[in-house]
Formats: sequence, structure tokens, C-alpha cells
Amino acid sequence: MSAQSTAEEAPRAPQVDAIASALTSVERPPRPSALSASMSFGWRALLKIKHVPEQLADVTLFPVIMTLLFTYLFGGAISGSVESYIAYIAPGVMVQSVLFITMYSASTLRTDIDRGVFDRFRSLPIWRASALIGMLLGDAVRYTLGAAVTAAVCLAIGWRPEGGFLGVLAGVAVLLIFAFGLGWVWLFFGLILRTPGSVTAVSTIVLMPVLFGSNIFVDPSTMPGWLQAWVDVNPVSGLVTAVRAFMNGTPVGPELGMSLAWSAGLVAVFGSLTMWKYRDPR
Amino acid sequence: MTDLAIETAGLTKVYGDTRAVDGIDLAIARGGVHGFLGPNGAGKTTAIRMLATLIRPDAGSAKVLGRDVVREADAVRGLVSLTGQFASVDEDLTGRENLRLIAKLYGFRGGAATRRADELLEAFGLADAADRQVKKYSGGMRRRIDIAASLVVSPELLFLDEPTTGLDPRARNEVWDIIRALVAHGTTVMLTTQYLDEADQLADRISVIDRGRIIAEGTSSELKASVGSGTLHVRVMHRDDRDAARAILVRELGVDFETTHDPQALVAGLEDRSGVTRALTALEDADIGLAQFSLGQPTLDEVFLALTGHAAEEPTQDAEEAA
Repeated sequence: MSAQSTAEEAPRAPQVDAIASALTSVERPPRPSALSASMSFGWRALLKIKHVPEQLADVTLFPVIMTLLFTYLFGGAISGSVESYIAYIAPGVMVQSVLFITMYSASTLRTDIDRGVFDRFRSLPIWRASALIGMLLGDAVRYTLGAAVTAAVCLAIGWRPEGGFLGVLAGVAVLLIFAFGLGWVWLFFGLILRTPGSVTAVSTIVLMPVLFGSNIFVDPSTMPGWLQAWVDVNPVSGLVTAVRAFMNGTPVGPELGMSLAWSAGLVAVFGSLTMWKYRDPR
Repeated sequence: MTDLAIETAGLTKVYGDTRAVDGIDLAIARGGVHGFLGPNGAGKTTAIRMLATLIRPDAGSAKVLGRDVVREADAVRGLVSLTGQFASVDEDLTGRENLRLIAKLYGFRGGAATRRADELLEAFGLADAADRQVKKYSGGMRRRIDIAASLVVSPELLFLDEPTTGLDPRARNEVWDIIRALVAHGTTVMLTTQYLDEADQLADRISVIDRGRIIAEGTSSELKASVGSGTLHVRVMHRDDRDAARAILVRELGVDFETTHDPQALVAGLEDRSGVTRALTALEDADIGLAQFSLGQPTLDEVFLALTGHAAEEPTQDAEEAA
């Protein structure tokens, strides 16, 4: 049977002899390091962007819409003109765009689980966190792109950051670190929620009060007391303040340390929860 | 070091109220194919996923190639590979990219990873499709790339979870050839299937699983022998004759005949074959036309029915499989 089909269509049928020799010819290389395994997964994420470029729509179109919408919608009302508002809102809208995009990590993971790729990775003898870290590393590329698009739009409509190029770069770096921490929250949701739909719904519900109940768009001093109290404890407010300070060239306060501490805390708490759930997902 | 590929004691996994796997004891020797046979939802996949360290048992213990699946999970992962409904490849990537990725994850460096990927693509007849996204593969090609991904390093034990479900007969034969090649090389294969003839064809020993429990174990012949020495299959030409034929057969042979979902068929287990010729003559005398009259070993379908009291598969699936 096999000999016959091999003779008839050599290029398309599996070749039993070749499979047998492929089994014996291989020598198992030493295990890859944690870093190298994570980078391989990051490479996978980039390949996916190459094959499915549509998935960049969220990081390109979304920031453009957000920036234009909020700048022109609120600009006049809040500061009298777009020109005076842009310095305030540009860093904020960048934070908002990027943090909004982080949410998609959860549905990416959910899709991997549903399609069966995830179990393949979990069955490999590699450092267990590497598949997830690789996923977040790939996402970091998307976040960077989102930040770049937002910056470009802001520059086009008149943003001239006082902090200069380096200041903007430093702000983006802080933002990416925080986004990496927040990514673990979404990965955890991706593991415990059963469908991509519920993942998106829950992520949105969590993200909305954190993003909008912050100092991204308006100065909290105009808000009622209870809302100010929330805005003050909201880690995104601290992050926005720190990013703003870098980009606007003003002195960076304790918010930088707080943002980094929050990022570390998110990794510690949700990273542990995720890895605990990763051992035995439903 | 142990001679056993798989050894479990009271292995259990509970999901809510369902005991998906309900206290399984296995002792499976190295080498050859061990079949895990049961209908959909019997607990085959859950059991395999515990053995492959993808989920943790709720009770009991399991050793794979002498390593505990919970305490030495990482060592187990280094020795086994898994292919199945839940361990697949990335459909967005090409065949070559998928194999390169797995090769890199096993520690092959850039050039070596590409060479290994190309070697496997060639062997599995996928060289032409190497640069196509896996989502554009046919069902048979898809299964081949899944299996190839499990052989990037040679595993000592390969779990194949329903490797031929949904494949056409030709693609299924190709997968069977691949499995036989693996066994010839010395790989132990643990195969789950809901297809009785697949277990019959490939497996050296078979565990029959139903509702989370192992209900029988043995070689295909042993399982068949446990049902009776032989089975008489009769198919009448016209379905209206079935009841008359049944009455004659019961009278001549003194055993009860069962009807199946085939409206023309009658089946009975026979301990004694001596009256068979007489029964055939009696049917002829009564002018009942026969499409089939055969005495043989029971099929695994009948074994399953005898063991569980219900059929292994729905009639529609039977028809699909026969195609």
C-alpha cells in the first residue's frame, strides 16, 4: 500500500522510509535557555503579524481615532483651544491607546488554547513561563507601534513635546514596562475565562474605570471628591503623570517609582496566579 | 528504570459533577501500540492529557516511563510527545515555520532548526506545502504536520489522540503507515480512537474505556474471545423476511438472535457451531433469500456492545467510517 502510493505520487505522500530515517538521524540538542525559549515565542508572535497584518489595525487605526476624537472633542471645552490642550493630552492619550491594546493579549491566548497550539507548547520540556513571556514580548512590538502612531498623529496636529525626542522615548519606555505588567492580568483572564467573547467583555469592564477614571483627559481638581479619591489611587494616574513629566520636560516625581512598583507588583501577583493556573487549566 | 511505559493507579479527574476519568489502573509495556478505545466523552482524552502532564490528576498516581507525572512532570515532557485534537500547530504560520519553531524550542540553533524542519517536511510529503499557511492544508496534510511536529526530537513515547478522526480513507491509511513506521523504529505509541477497526488494525493491546472506567483490556483476539467463540451474521435479502428468519434460526440453533440498526441483519454469539448447516437449509426451505450468512469472530463493535450494553458509536458514525 505505502510502496504503491509512494511510487505514484512521490512528492505528496508521506514516505515511510524517510520518516524512519528522520527518527534515527536526530540527535537531541541541549535544552534552550529560558531567554532563548522566550525569544523563540516572540519570533512566533512576529511571524503571526507578518501573516495576519490585519491584526495591526487595532494598534494603528485605534490610536489615530482616539487621538483625534479626544483632542478635538475635549480640547476646546477644557483648555479653550487644541493647541494648549495637546501638551496635556498627548502623553495621556498615548497611555490610553497602548493600555487599551494590551487587552488583546487575553483573546490571543484564548485563541491559542482553543486551537490546540497551547497544549503543544505546554507539552514541551521548556521553561514554562516562556510561551507567555514570548507572547508579551511580541505584543511589546505592537505596543511600540501603537505609541509611535499616536506620537505621529499628535505631532501632526501641533504637539511639540518639551522633553524632546529622548523625553518621549523615556516616557514610552515607562509605558511599555507598565503594559508588560498589565499584560499578566489579561493572560490570567485568558486562562480562567472560557470564550474569547467573555474575555473581551471582562477585560473591557476592568479597563474602562481604570482608563477613564484617571487624569488622562482632565485635571482631577475639577472632579468631585469621591472621584478624586479613586483617581489618586488609580495606578494609571501615576503612570500618566510620570509619562507626562518625561515628555513635557518637567521634573519627574515619585510617580515614576510608583509606576515601576505597580508594574513589578502586577508581574508578581498576576504572573504567579497565571503560572499556577497554567499548570492545570480547564 | 522500569519496563513499563505507563503505569497508573486509581487515576482520577473530576470536572464538577462528572468523573471524567474514574480510577484508572494501567500497566502498559514499552514498545508497540497500545489502543485506548471508547466512544466520544468516555474519558480517553482526559486520561491522555493527564499522562502527558497537561492537566493534573485529582486522585491516584501515574508514572510515564518510570517518571511521576506530577512530581517529575518536566522529565516526562522531555521523553514524550503529544499529537491530537488538543495539541496541534499554529494555523497562521507555514508548515516550515511551525517545525522551525518547535525545533528551536527543543534547542536547535537557527541553521540546524531549518535543516531538521526541512528533513521532516520532506519525509512527510509536505515539502511542496512548506511555505503555505497550515490553515490552507487539507485534513490529511494537517494531521501529518501535527505528527511531524511531535517527531522533531524522537520521543520514546508518542501519544496520538484520535489521529484519524475526520480523515478520508486514503489519508487515514497514510497515518496508519506513519504509525507503523514509528513502531518499527521502537517508539511506544499510545493511541486513542473511537474507531474499532483502527484499534483492531494497529493496537497490540487495547483498553476499552467507557464513562471514565476501563471495562476490558487485552489483545483484540482476547477481547473478541471473551464475547464467545464465534458470531453468526445473517443478512436477509428482504427486510420483511427478518422476523421469519429469526424464528427459524432461534428454533434450529437454540440461541437468541439480536437485531441491529441494520433492518436486514441478525447477529448471535455461538458456542456450538454444529447446527449451522441445518439452519442454513431450513432458511432455504422456507424460501428466505440471504444476502449474507457468515460465521466468524465477533467484531469489536459487538465486543463493545457486550461489554457496555450500549453501542460504541451512533449509526451515522458507523456509516461514515465504513465509507
